[in-house]
Amino acid sequence: MSKRIDVSDLNVYYGNFRAVADVNIEIGAKSVTAFIGPSGCGKSTFLRTLNRMHEVIPGATVEGQVLLDGDNLYDPGVDPVTVRSQIGMVFQRPNPFPTMSIRDNVLAGVKLNARKISRSDADDLVESSLRASNLWNEVKDRLDKPGSGLSGGQQQRLCIARTIAVKPGVILMDEPCSALDPISTLAIEDLINEMKNDYTVVIVTHNMQQAARVSDKTAFFNIAGTGKPGKLIEYDDTATIFSNPSVKATEDYVSGRFG
Amino acid sequence: MTNATLTPVPAAPVANRRNRLSKGRLPRWAIPVVGLSALVLGAAGSTLGGFSIASMLIYTALLFVVGATAVTVIVEGRRQGTNSFFTYLIHGCFILALIPLISVLYTVLERGLPGMTSNFLFTSMNGMTGAVDNQSVADGTPVLGGAYHAVVGTLLITAFSTIISVPIGMLAAIYLVEYGQGKALSRGITFFVDVMTGIPSIVAGLFAGALFGILFGPSTRMGIVAAVALSVLMIPTVVRSTEEMLKIVPNELREASYALGVRKWRTIAQVVIPTAISGIASGVTLAIARVIGETAPILVTAGLANNINFNVFSNWMATLPTFIYYQILSPTSPTNIDPSAQRAWAAALLLIIMVMVLNLGARLIARVFSPKTGR
Ligand SMILES: Nc1ncnc2c1ncn2[C@@H]1O[C@H](COP(=O)(O)OP(=O)(O)OP(=O)(O)O)[C@@H](O)[C@H]1O
Ligand SMILES: [Mg+2]
Repeated sequence: MSKRIDVSDLNVYYGNFRAVADVNIEIGAKSVTAFIGPSGCGKSTFLRTLNRMHEVIPGATVEGQVLLDGDNLYDPGVDPVTVRSQIGMVFQRPNPFPTMSIRDNVLAGVKLNARKISRSDADDLVESSLRASNLWNEVKDRLDKPGSGLSGGQQQRLCIARTIAVKPGVILMDEPCSALDPISTLAIEDLINEMKNDYTVVIVTHNMQQAARVSDKTAFFNIAGTGKPGKLIEYDDTATIFSNPSVKATEDYVSGRFG
Repeated sequence: MTNATLTPVPAAPVANRRNRLSKGRLPRWAIPVVGLSALVLGAAGSTLGGFSIASMLIYTALLFVVGATAVTVIVEGRRQGTNSFFTYLIHGCFILALIPLISVLYTVLERGLPGMTSNFLFTSMNGMTGAVDNQSVADGTPVLGGAYHAVVGTLLITAFSTIISVPIGMLAAIYLVEYGQGKALSRGITFFVDVMTGIPSIVAGLFAGALFGILFGPSTRMGIVAAVALSVLMIPTVVRSTEEMLKIVPNELREASYALGVRKWRTIAQVVIPTAISGIASGVTLAIARVIGETAPILVTAGLANNINFNVFSNWMATLPTFIYYQILSPTSPTNIDPSAQRAWAAALLLIIMVMVLNLGARLIARVFSPKTGR
């Protein structure tokens, strides 16, 4: 189920402004990849090009190739909806659907697409997704209550369950823990470690320890100055990036001597 | 014994020492006393130039605001004084604004209630002539004839104009917010919606009348023409309110839905609109409440009828506003206008009740559909 992603010569624009330039990166299947870098260097922008969420913003365009198991996402003729159902995304701020119950939130990907699903299949899907996101025990008695009544950390895990429920091959996470307390953060990090068995995970984080704890490989992005595009500076095994990076800027950043 | 340890240690002696952080404070009785004296002085003052309740109340209010502010300034200082001055001023304005509302409600209730008979509610004016009114006045029997036909007309015409304008208005708003950002067409729509908001209602009536005149021959008058005229008035309100409601749906929800591989139109239909539905419902209600009381556009499009007509696609129709208008302007019996006046006031009361029920209905809808919170 899990898939690899190969990006070549990717340039990302907001109107005329080039936000990310010339990215080449290979993200292996069944691995966790962390994106780190200073604020504004284009991590979120780049991440959103990986499932064609970037073009949702008016005026936003992309040049270059993103191959999902060899198929270019940006070929003319590719429907972004197909892409997004194979590459899921978890956002920085938990955003459960406020009109839906916990159960319906998990089933959102199925129900919103008006796909037929039997009652028992739906129950199974809800349970397995919530178990996979470590939320089942906390909510199993109140599945029909609104999702917005959960704590922030629970909401974020609900969003992860919702993403898992559509069975994507790749899951992108944009700072999924930045609004969470240390305990919820640990719960989500454990979850990412387990998810590696079934999914390809890409996570943006500002937390070096988190990157070191959860990821197999780490990509460091940087920006030369305001108004300049962000670039991929170094991409290597996480251990190498944190102990023995080959670029000075990476070393400065991971050791906190940045800027 | 153990009790002793639990007793809180008394704070340092506070007896009669003023807190240095506090300023002077008016005793609780001070403001009521000022109020009473203002009342007495106001009553006295108003007798000077011929006593009337109105002048007494005005004098009292002025004296109270000045007096209470002055006392507060003297005892509590300038800042508190300014605070209470504006507090009293704003409360005064609030009461002033309530006066017309309450007076309208009171007048309509007082004059309308006697006319609220089952006769009024369930019969029309069909066959009611001046002679009938003269007879019932002469005999002292209850007024015959009623507004049933007008109620039917009001409900039908309003329902049809809602059916016409809600889809058009909502779709236009959806286009503006979800698809048309920055496009020339959407700027055009916004401009014309703004222009439409300012159209006088009689012009809308003439437009609908002329339109149907061209299509079906001159002076085509029927309920549906009135419904079209009213929808010209409703559409801009529906567009505007729906647009505002859709705009405040957070983008994150749309993105969350896209990220699950949901198509744009499904996202709009099943995520965006349900999230905004309570606001949209109250916007639609406001739009209905605005047109339900229109008179002029109805007169030039649906004419005026005395009989019950359930068909909006043929023949003239009456609504409550036109019913009121004609009962007052040309009473059924020119020599005995009281029965007509009574019917008009009862119809006015009925109209107000209908608008209120509508508002309550919208609140109910909003309550049922609004995003759920709590656990
Ligand atoms: N919607 C947008 N329109 C125009 N420019 C944008 C938009 N979103 C981001 N940018 C610009 O693109 C650049 C990269 O932003 P991005 O959000 O990708 O940074 P980031 O690395 O995710 O930062 P952070 O760590 O703070 O989240 C910034 O210069 C930003 O100002
Ligand atoms: Mg970001």
